[in-house]
Amino acid sequence: MSENLKCNICSELATVHLTQVINNKVHKIDLCETCANEKGITDPEGFSLTEILTSGYLGNDKVVSDKTCKNCGFKTSDLKKLGRLGCPECYQTMSDNIYPVLKDLHKGTTHVGKVPSRIFNVITKNKRLNELKTLLNEAVKSECYEDAAMHRDEIEHLNTNSEI
Amino acid sequence: MLIDSILKTDNEMMSSSSAMSPIVLSTRVRLARNLMNFSFPGWAKKSEKNKILNKCLEALKDIEIFKSGTLIKVEELNEIERLILVERHMISRELINNYNNTGVFINEDHSCAIMLNEEDHLRIQYIERGYKFNQIWNSINSIDDEIEQHLDYAFSDKFGYLTACPTNVGTGLRASAMLHLPGLVISNHMEKCIRALNQTGIAVRGLFGEGSDASGSIFQISNQQTLGDSEKSIIKRLTIFLTEIIEQENNSRQNLLETQPLKLADKIGRAYGVLQNSLLLSSAEAMDLLSVLRLAIDLKLLDESYRNSVDNAFIECQPGHIQFKAKTNIDSSTMRDKFRANYLRTQFDDLPPLNFDVLNI
Repeated sequence: MSENLKCNICSELATVHLTQVINNKVHKIDLCETCANEKGITDPEGFSLTEILTSGYLGNDKVVSDKTCKNCGFKTSDLKKLGRLGCPECYQTMSDNIYPVLKDLHKGTTHVGKVPSRIFNVITKNKRLNELKTLLNEAVKSECYEDAAMHRDEIEHLNTNSEI
Repeated sequence: MLIDSILKTDNEMMSSSSAMSPIVLSTRVRLARNLMNFSFPGWAKKSEKNKILNKCLEALKDIEIFKSGTLIKVEELNEIERLILVERHMISRELINNYNNTGVFINEDHSCAIMLNEEDHLRIQYIERGYKFNQIWNSINSIDDEIEQHLDYAFSDKFGYLTACPTNVGTGLRASAMLHLPGLVISNHMEKCIRALNQTGIAVRGLFGEGSDASGSIFQISNQQTLGDSEKSIIKRLTIFLTEIIEQENNSRQNLLETQPLKLADKIGRAYGVLQNSLLLSSAEAMDLLSVLRLAIDLKLLDESYRNSVDNAFIECQPGHIQFKAKTNIDSSTMRDKFRANYLRTQFDDLPPLNFDVLNI
């Protein structure tokens, strides 16, 4: 290794070299002493290579367009500095930048698991409402007024029980 | 006050009667949660951060299960009190490094702690002594359900619970176990073990030190992946690795007993002697000595009844706890080392002689 490696964060001479295997992919990172200290590599509790890799990824220079989150003003370029996002909306705004990170670091790219019950209720309620509206229209068209009344009542019931 | 009541309560290290506890000290699950329509704490302006904190404090105050605990702003605590909470793993170092507009809730028996405005708006953690993932998951899941009735979580169909760092997105769940692994450390297998675990997406950290040289031979093992797998399956996967590590640790101990009992006995005898006779002890050295004494109990060189005082000393020896006992800020590490050595001498001056006979040397 005759060539001197540059720090991935500030381009100074790198003296700290780390390797970690995540999802069978080898991730290498080179840091200068200052950045290594800053990133907590010498801090017994605070160090995670994953986090550093993430900030490296997120600020990937290959990503050309610098997007700004309408909700919080966070820019794609802020990712490199912070390694964290600005607000929940950023996941939407910067999904192109985040997607490759998620793909590399996690088991999958879609959430499996707990769903907050209120949100779950909203999702199922909306689904049911749409279903009922279709049924109601069909019932009216085919002049099945008894069915139509039943569907109408259920729609009203769902809409009034809006503590959800 | 909060700190007094915390110091009176057993800490996470105190052993339970669970059969796994010689190796598994404690298990913990934490959930990262954020509020809809607010910036994450690291990006939020001061005024927004304050608004988030008050919103959370308001919401939590009304929840029944939180009425018996303590809900405070971290800036109301003094430096030593903050340090004590860190040493007890109720709040993080990151939180005390930047504690303006942050808060913490701690329940009555201190098993549950919620950090407000740390990296995420809410970091809910549940910790129990021994090996109790299922119980902890049920507890934390119902607390999360309760909070969710009062606060609107940021959640997306696709990415799950949205977190400041993409490494936590999805379930927002980090499950971890604190393990005492002196066998693997003494026989120099820990580094290999850490490397193997890292390849499987399991993170290993020293609790009181760094890498494979963690002082006290205490390691925290946790999942790294949070997206694409359900909570239960994440925990189950971690449990499989834990079982494997426990087996490896037991094998290492057995091997040491068979191949170098004299060396092992000597190590234990020395630790015993130093704890009873030293006048200056650094935190790292104290951890290592206590670890060896703990191993002596596992190997029945010392009666089981001493386990609690040894486990308790791990936490009581930390700088914040030492300064609290001394009732003053001690800037000089030499003075802290003096206090620490003093405390340990008093703690262990009535230990019975070690029963070396069990080792058949």
